[in-house]
Amino acid sequence: MTTSTLGRPARSELTFRQKVSRFDYTFSPFLYVAPFFVLFALIGVFPIAYTLNVSLYDWHLLEGQGEFVGLANYVSILSDPFFWNAFGNTVSIFLLSAIPQLVIATGIAALLDQAIRGKTFWRMSILLPYIVAPVAVTVIFLQIFNQYHGPIAGLLELFGLEPIRWAFDVLPSHIAIATMVNWRWTGYNALLLLAAMQAVPRDVYESAALDGANKIRRFWSITIPMIRPTLIFVVITATIGGLQIFTEPRLFDGRTYGGSDRQFQTIVLYLYELAFPRRDFGQASATAWILFLIIVLVGLISYAITRAIRTADVKPARISAASIGAQQGES
Amino acid sequence: MTATVTSPKTPKPSKSPSFEDRRVVDAERRAKRKRAYERPGVLTYALLIAFFVGSAFPLWWSFVIGSRQSSDTNLVPPAVLPGPNFLSNAMKALETVPFLQGLLNSILISGAITVSVVFFSTLAGYAFAKLRFRGRTGLLLAVIATMAIPTQLGIIPLFMLMAEWQWIGTLQAVIVPGMVTAFGVFFMRQYLVDVIPDELIEAARMDGASMWGTFRHVALPAARPAMAVLSLFTFMAAWTDYLWPSLALSPRNPSVQTALAALSASGGQNPDNAMVLAGAVLSVIPLLILFFVAGKQLVAGIMQGAVKG
Repeated sequence: MTTSTLGRPARSELTFRQKVSRFDYTFSPFLYVAPFFVLFALIGVFPIAYTLNVSLYDWHLLEGQGEFVGLANYVSILSDPFFWNAFGNTVSIFLLSAIPQLVIATGIAALLDQAIRGKTFWRMSILLPYIVAPVAVTVIFLQIFNQYHGPIAGLLELFGLEPIRWAFDVLPSHIAIATMVNWRWTGYNALLLLAAMQAVPRDVYESAALDGANKIRRFWSITIPMIRPTLIFVVITATIGGLQIFTEPRLFDGRTYGGSDRQFQTIVLYLYELAFPRRDFGQASATAWILFLIIVLVGLISYAITRAIRTADVKPARISAASIGAQQGES
Repeated sequence: MTATVTSPKTPKPSKSPSFEDRRVVDAERRAKRKRAYERPGVLTYALLIAFFVGSAFPLWWSFVIGSRQSSDTNLVPPAVLPGPNFLSNAMKALETVPFLQGLLNSILISGAITVSVVFFSTLAGYAFAKLRFRGRTGLLLAVIATMAIPTQLGIIPLFMLMAEWQWIGTLQAVIVPGMVTAFGVFFMRQYLVDVIPDELIEAARMDGASMWGTFRHVALPAARPAMAVLSLFTFMAAWTDYLWPSLALSPRNPSVQTALAALSASGGQNPDNAMVLAGAVLSVIPLLILFFVAGKQLVAGIMQGAVKG
């Protein structure tokens, strides 16, 4: 298709139709992107920005805007031990979910990155938990992680062990909640990592195999470095998601806001308790902005780390590519 | 890809590869390649089956208990076969909370959000991918930057807005805040930028097509596969959402998720576990059907997204 040789009509002699066409050509793109920006400004940007405004006032759910208090809400949140409790719980649950999840997802992806029988079945099967909503996941796992009955309690009893107080003790409750997150997301992340593994050129493995590297060596020296961008992406999304965990701890004990002694109250749950049962919109908004800043900070740090790694990678990557090329040239 | 692999000559058997003889090396390579793609061993399948059982067990077990009675959660070893009571447990769940209303509402909410997100994303994604306009790069960067914004942190002003409009308890209170996503725009842009040749759009314009005509007759047909994937993910995200619907909807007019949460809380200290789990199974069935119909596309969508992102 070589239409580029056709010239456009000269500006001076435009007919009405050409003028309409020119107008159409210039302004249509703006019309196409406008609905997104207008709607997003209303439902995405405005709420976040207005949260900042609310956070600077005494602001009650029913009574509305009160006195301007400056940063007082921030000061009282940051000096509230319950905030730091929620912060610690969030980090703990995040670590208990992110680390096993990443390890298992990488392992499953490596298993699937072979000439496997029934690969569509396996790929679909690991994604099954992803379609179960967090509410249903929590409702189901509440029965599994139950102090008195359910499969785990039965198993413990069988071995004559003490029942575990899943909903009352700090670490068991964190493990139970992290398990719910892991159950839902491990297969999803395994597929992301599998896609990255399949993008690794097979020649690299062949050359390594020719040089006598065994499977495990190939995995550590080729697969892991080559999928590092995806690994980092998974870590970043897991972090941003993990900082905002709400549904699982909210419903793990529906009568409380994260446990009778706030054993598993996360930051968003802390925000929720301030905003709705306590009706303190000012302090809740300050919490939202503190969390927002934490997320931005985490994003920037991960970006910096990614960049640093990429820069450090440039040399080895070139050398290995060159050596592969050289080997192919040699043969 | 080495084209030389296809050389048909039979190589002389040799254990140490000599780099002087091209054919020997090729044969070595072929052997190695075969070994690299060899069928994995029993251990691989054993591990995959173990992972599959772990993935499926909680769902299966909730169906098992949901079709029995609450006291069966105590059985050691745990019950693994379903009983006869699923329908009666499910009926009890429907009587306890307005579950069917929730199902209908969730279909309406998720459907409306999906149509809106996919339409606006395709429109904007096409403009970013294929049309030239002032400020395109800057606006696209704005889209990418907003993708990372945790919009759920804006729930307080959103709640105030919905209360001001007297929308609390209505479906539009959930639909409107979900009508566009930055991810959708970026996703469609990434797809369309490769898929539609610039020449095609130029040709349509030369033939006198209007911009809208070009969008409808060139871009939309080309965008269809990506629109299908975006629909799937948008629908699922809307279906599984809980935090905002729990604030914006009332117990009498719930979504599936808020109805299930209410069901779980209904028994107080002595919940009817079989009924609650039957309700959990009911809430999962629609997406389970979607999964069996379109699971392949879901897998492909996740894996393609990974390569691009």
